[in-house]
Amino acid sequence: MSESSGKHSPSRRRFLTSVAAAGAGAVAAGAARAAGPDPLITEVQDWARATGDGVDATPYGLPIEYEGDVIRRNVEWLTADTISSINFTPIHALDGTITPQGCAFERHHSGAIALKKEDYRLMINGLVDQPLVFSYADLERFPRENHVYFCECAANSGMEWAGAQLNGAQFTHGMIHNMEYSGVSLRTLLEEAGLSAAGDLKDKWVYVEGADASSNGRSIPMEKALDDVLVAFKANGEALRKEHGYPVRLVVPGWEGNMWVKWLRRIEVMDGPVESREETSKYTDTLEDGTSRKWTWVMDAKSVVTSPSPQAPITHGAGPLVITGLAWSGRGAITGVDVSMDGGKSWQPARLAAPGQDKALTRFYLDTNWDGSEMLLQSRARDSSGYVQPTKAQLREVRGLNSIYHNNAIQTWWVKANGVAENVEVS
Amino acid sequence: AWAGEFGLGRPALPEEIAAWDLDVSPDGTGLPAGSGSVEDGEMVFADNCAICHGDFAEGVDNWPKLAGGMGTLDRDDPLKTVGSYWPHLSTAWDYVNRSMPFGNAQSLSPDEVYAIVAYILYSNDLVDDDFVLSNENLAAFELPNAEGFIIDDRETAEAHFWTAEPCMENCKDTVEITMRARVLDVTPDAGGAEEA
Repeated sequence: MSESSGKHSPSRRRFLTSVAAAGAGAVAAGAARAAGPDPLITEVQDWARATGDGVDATPYGLPIEYEGDVIRRNVEWLTADTISSINFTPIHALDGTITPQGCAFERHHSGAIALKKEDYRLMINGLVDQPLVFSYADLERFPRENHVYFCECAANSGMEWAGAQLNGAQFTHGMIHNMEYSGVSLRTLLEEAGLSAAGDLKDKWVYVEGADASSNGRSIPMEKALDDVLVAFKANGEALRKEHGYPVRLVVPGWEGNMWVKWLRRIEVMDGPVESREETSKYTDTLEDGTSRKWTWVMDAKSVVTSPSPQAPITHGAGPLVITGLAWSGRGAITGVDVSMDGGKSWQPARLAAPGQDKALTRFYLDTNWDGSEMLLQSRARDSSGYVQPTKAQLREVRGLNSIYHNNAIQTWWVKANGVAENVEVS
Repeated sequence: AWAGEFGLGRPALPEEIAAWDLDVSPDGTGLPAGSGSVEDGEMVFADNCAICHGDFAEGVDNWPKLAGGMGTLDRDDPLKTVGSYWPHLSTAWDYVNRSMPFGNAQSLSPDEVYAIVAYILYSNDLVDDDFVLSNENLAAFELPNAEGFIIDDRETAEAHFWTAEPCMENCKDTVEITMRARVLDVTPDAGGAEEA
């Protein structure tokens, strides 16, 4: 990957230089004065003399080259191959709440497939009045909805169960993205096929699967299927990206990302759960005594400070500092986030950039004045159900170390006096 | 044409449903007629599966181990296989049939899938070498960890820690760093300050 040369890249050198400069600046914080006229101001620059690109240069643009570090990254040793694998959203470098699709994480079980709209078919079968086949064009003719939701992999932070392992918010918390989806409610499609054949809907399930070789089949109780599940074909205003399920994916608000079946091809109404591979062998959470939880669908309230963080060190020395991060909950809306700078001894409420939305990412800020001393930075989310984000010790006490999934523990960054941050655990 | 509320879509044909509706439930619903022996399975497995999963389903390199790990679920590093962890044999049949071999899925006949699953049982010491698996006996076969799963109980088992009013001041006397990611040093180079 492109970052493999990062050790000697200009940005790396720039960073190390700026840390050194920050050290010096810290002494005279708040008293910055120009040593002399700045040539970026006093000399006419190329961009102020010549012209830039024409409007025909970039029919569909990518970020400017100077943002080349804001990319998905993978961790080679995590999986046997890159086909059934994961990569990570660069959340340390993003702001706001909407994830740019081009760097939003991917998780495939048999790769990202290319499926044309013309070749796309969606089948609804099982306990319905009339099994149906829809084309892509059919789906666009149903009444449409728009919602913003987070999709968090059940395994997000999973490598951190046993201890502090990966050094960066991208790696510890980046199996997540947050998009505005446009699509049809699953309820509308199920009602089009007719549910009277299913009888009492209370004990019914739907089984959903994708068109890819892995199929990623999952069972969803009918109550959720009829509540807020979306069959989505647009995200952040445009068609889904290939790697996110083009042309159609399932959106299952608040629930673990595995259930957000991509390249959705079939929905079957059933009497019971299939207990497929992805809800028995995987996405079950083993407890200390060797028994395992199944059907742990909801993603509990969680948060992380995205900056400063190991990949986003403080380079400006002491003085005004923006501490920022993300909070989210599959149980409802975020109602508050507290931030600690001393490892949890004391907390202060952060400012939410906007009121928390149901099952969506929420941006928080703590505008502070850093005195240049070490910090143990933490954030703690609260949601509309009253849930308060726990510590890792609290989770371990109930679950042990082997549950792999659903680690929503409070994260600690150790910010040193030189502004460098590290992933740590604290007592 | 079918007329639901919107009258969109068209009736699915039986052949189409048969082609896509392949899932098998724990009670055996969805299994096609067929059978396969451990003996046949050894051959089919060697030809289609062993390159990644090993001759004895023990796994090659980082590829999944399908056998072994009995009694390890309550240990530090549990080994979760079909034998030690999976609750239902239907899942093994369903998953192999639909999604294996990796890179050439849906290429096996029902009899081959029965044979492979029989061989996986044999590799887990759960059947003898003369065992034959079929649509008749699959659902009744009980895997060792069939009773090893509970339905999500976070709402009750964890309520004690998330319902408490959070502490804001003087929450603890001391804070010590107990673990550091830098010590492990397994993070890819990704900007930031690993070397600083």
